[in-house]
Amino acid sequence: MINFQYARPNEVADAVRQIAADPRARFIAGGTNLLDLMKSDVEQPSRLIDISRLPLKSVEETPDGGLRIGALVPNTDLAYHPLVESRYPLLASAIMAGASQQLRNMASTGGNLMQRTRCYYFYDIATPCNKREPGSGCSAIEGLNRMHAILGTSESCIAVYPSDMSIALAALEATVRVMGPGGERTMAFADFHRLPGDTPERDNNLEPNEIITAIELPPQGFAKNHSYLKIRDRLSYAFALVSVAAALEMDGEAVKEARLALGGVAHKPWRVEAAEAALAGQPANEASFAKAADIVLSGAKGFEHNAFKIDLARRAIIRTLTQAANGTPQSQSSKKIR
Amino acid sequence: MAAYIGTPTSRIDGHAKVTGAAKYAAEFNAPGLAHASLVTSTITKGRIAKIDASEAMRVAGVIDVITHKNRPTMASRDKAYKDDVAAEGSPYRPLYDDEIKFNGQPVAVVVAADADIARFAASLVRVEYIEDPFVTDLLEQRDTAHEVERPSRPRGDAEAAFAAAEVRHEADYFIPTEYHNPMELFATTVTWEGDGKLTVYDKTQGVQNVQRYLVSVFGMKPDDLKVVSPYVGGAFGSGLRPQFQVALAVIAARALERSVRLVLTRPQMYGLSYRPATIEHLALGAKALGPLEAVMHEAIAQTSEYEDFNRNDVAWADQLYKCGNTRYSHKLAKLDVSTPSDMRAPGAASGVYALECAMDELAVALKMDPLQLRFVTYSDREQNADRPYSSKKLRECYRQGAAAFGWEKRNPEPRSMRDGSELVGWGMATGVWEALQMPLTVRIVMTANGHAEVSSATSDIGTGTYTIMAQVAADMLGLPIDNVSIKLGDSTLSESPVEGGSWLAASVANSIATTAEAIRKTLLGVTKTMPDSPLADAKPKDVMLADGKIVSKKDASRAIPIADVMRAGKLDRIDQKAAAPVKDDGKYARNTHSAVFVEVRVDEQIGVIRVTRVVSAAAAGRILNTKTAHSQLLGGVVWGIGMALHEETLTDHRFGRIMNANLGEYHMPVNADIYDINCFFVDEPDATINPMGIKGVGEIGIVGVAAAIANAVYHATGKRVRDLPITIDKLRRD
Repeated sequence: MINFQYARPNEVADAVRQIAADPRARFIAGGTNLLDLMKSDVEQPSRLIDISRLPLKSVEETPDGGLRIGALVPNTDLAYHPLVESRYPLLASAIMAGASQQLRNMASTGGNLMQRTRCYYFYDIATPCNKREPGSGCSAIEGLNRMHAILGTSESCIAVYPSDMSIALAALEATVRVMGPGGERTMAFADFHRLPGDTPERDNNLEPNEIITAIELPPQGFAKNHSYLKIRDRLSYAFALVSVAAALEMDGEAVKEARLALGGVAHKPWRVEAAEAALAGQPANEASFAKAADIVLSGAKGFEHNAFKIDLARRAIIRTLTQAANGTPQSQSSKKIR
Repeated sequence: MAAYIGTPTSRIDGHAKVTGAAKYAAEFNAPGLAHASLVTSTITKGRIAKIDASEAMRVAGVIDVITHKNRPTMASRDKAYKDDVAAEGSPYRPLYDDEIKFNGQPVAVVVAADADIARFAASLVRVEYIEDPFVTDLLEQRDTAHEVERPSRPRGDAEAAFAAAEVRHEADYFIPTEYHNPMELFATTVTWEGDGKLTVYDKTQGVQNVQRYLVSVFGMKPDDLKVVSPYVGGAFGSGLRPQFQVALAVIAARALERSVRLVLTRPQMYGLSYRPATIEHLALGAKALGPLEAVMHEAIAQTSEYEDFNRNDVAWADQLYKCGNTRYSHKLAKLDVSTPSDMRAPGAASGVYALECAMDELAVALKMDPLQLRFVTYSDREQNADRPYSSKKLRECYRQGAAAFGWEKRNPEPRSMRDGSELVGWGMATGVWEALQMPLTVRIVMTANGHAEVSSATSDIGTGTYTIMAQVAADMLGLPIDNVSIKLGDSTLSESPVEGGSWLAASVANSIATTAEAIRKTLLGVTKTMPDSPLADAKPKDVMLADGKIVSKKDASRAIPIADVMRAGKLDRIDQKAAAPVKDDGKYARNTHSAVFVEVRVDEQIGVIRVTRVVSAAAAGRILNTKTAHSQLLGGVVWGIGMALHEETLTDHRFGRIMNANLGEYHMPVNADIYDINCFFVDEPDATINPMGIKGVGEIGIVGVAAAIANAVYHATGKRVRDLPITIDKLRRD
């Protein structure tokens, strides 16, 4: 851990100015990931720009009937927000599946999007890692890769993006609002995170001089038929082996519209629109769900220790869609799978 | 009598702990205290070519960077580094030379004015190495393992009996390397007392062991160094041997002639000792009804290149099952790793896991209820030496445990019990541990105001030693417990061995009784000088101390207040030191036992396992404190759940580095993993083992738990997973 400067701007524009002025500066909000990275000497920021005082803490309805979530709304506040609980329970559930109460109290909405992978090698500066040190090699491809990606991998990186919240946001087709020196822009959630390709050091498409200001949710919240199922190595406080966010609009016994996103399997929330399209108009049964799962997982590739994830993901997709269709979403407090 | 012994007395140190008044090794202060931080090796084997500390030295606040090049003098012979419980071999010498023996080995100590500066500067120390080829994978080195001599001799002809047995089971089981992960980080604060004298506040299970080690390594006079460790935030065996932080802190203090504190980081804790990865090979032969025909158990465990650490993994069947043909063998594979150490129920946790899974598999092969198999093969005599037990209420553990669990409702067929989407499995296993007593001296100072100070250089690692010492002393001296104060964890106190192996309760309690007896005799002697003493004819065995009086056991009206006796004898204090004699003529086997029953629920489609019910019934002699002893069992069960389902050290054998060296990625149970746990003791009076009938309860709680869970998972799913931990992917494996 290194010595660093500390600054605490009160305005978004000031924060943007400060980050633009120093490429080695980092924003800090809850710090639930950045401090880990600093303790491991993975991040050695020259300056921490504490954004916790910026006015980005409100949750407001948008004119089109959606919801605008300030980037600094703590995960806990968001999960228990009445509008989120009633209209976007999939998001509330996904948040509650992640981390621990203490971490959720500290973690911010924007920070959750910025979480870095939990790949062992990324955190150990004594080992090669292309994400940490481009060109040094990927230790995971032929190493301990049980937790790693099965979809969208590249020859340079097979790391997994660890967020739970983002999997729900991907399914809900959120948009990300960001502010840079040139003003504000929006990104579709699917465009925010990146696949590793040959630039695994870049997790997302946020520019170094930009800050996330808000997440916006469209009006459609799938409040009736949804579920978030997280499979992990213990019943709480572990990163996902596989997680599934499912959201359905039902038309009687049939699926009218479907959303499906996977966590724990790729460098970004994994969503395949073709699988969702294949569900539309189909009966809500295991055969339809299995077909959708096969589309999602087509092209999945396992490594020495994680090939099991392909079959596990298939089963988890079928189960989660079943839960969603039945209107019996997975509880995050009872660990029995519904 | 016995107002406190056997009761659920709350911890006498509880208030100090929850209010922060209890000070741990890293919380002692000294004027001018400097802070140390370690630089550890990133290679696994080789030599240090160069250490460049120039950048670190330029950081404001850095006092020094100490390496093997500029350290103070240390002993040059192996013998000097052998602590009381050292493994056989050539002990690792912290910062001694340029040789790297394991990844994570300390190579430099950065000392600074504060801890943050030291840690930052440590990240700036550049080390160049010359790397040698290395091996860290037990599975690859299995064939290189060498046999270690065991006291358990072979009986009969196990191979022939196995070959001829009607029903046979043979399999390999595997336990990965596991870490103690105590809550408190290993830490040492060394205070420089002037003239080279040191007080060393250390996290340890044996202050006198550390004291002797340091004095010997640094060539100091025994009176110039004392070790203090009043509170320990969990150790589980990791604090039995002096760990490297204590030597490094003393190196820094002696080099700089000032007080120094060194606290390890959590990742650095994985450079210390651990439960060794072990392959357990079991072969059991049986016939339809009757004792086992053959037991063969071979363990192949990892150890370091420089020391042979081994414990009894293999001979536990001798304590449990009737069998005329046995063969046990224990092998060690040398790897380029640090030396393993004792970790809660060392040997038994691993070996009995394998034995009890194998017994379950044998029961399946015999088409017999696994509990019935335990009764059929039950042994009332320890098999190896063919001797009786001082006590063995294991049958009662089986019966009461099964009744509490409802075992008779079990459908023996795997996959036959379900509840909605979950398969339900019921499994059971046996636990066994040793009941040892060690020589330990207790000093009691009783003052005329009715207060007693009881002391010994033992340790309370969080198990409740302070409390049981106070309970026993209060009862033996006839005082209210609030009038008893306990001192421990100081090397200048009277002689005590390291605290481990579940031997402390028996050792310290019997020695308190012995010392209290000496006090009673002294008091009785004084009464003889008193005019008209109602105890004039009494012999020591006729009187006891109760309610602040010395009183006839036969006639409570014949009593004299202790204060009066002391006044009469012109005694303001009685100061006695004694050790209970430790008698073990080998006539009796001395063990604790347990029976563990487990219910698991496994989601059939996904494979998520939940341990929804555990019943653990233990027989462990006389229980001194029903509350803290219950906590010991409970903690053992929770740890057993972790052993079965979660714990695993992940080493990348290309680098020889542990990749999950933190509490986020090294999984152990969290609250969500724990459901209903019912632990209790069956009554087990034991007049043979020691005068107070105490056996100790620190280890027994974990033994057998992982096996019971593995057996329950098999019963639920029909899938046998023999290599721990039982994770979701292994349930799907072909």
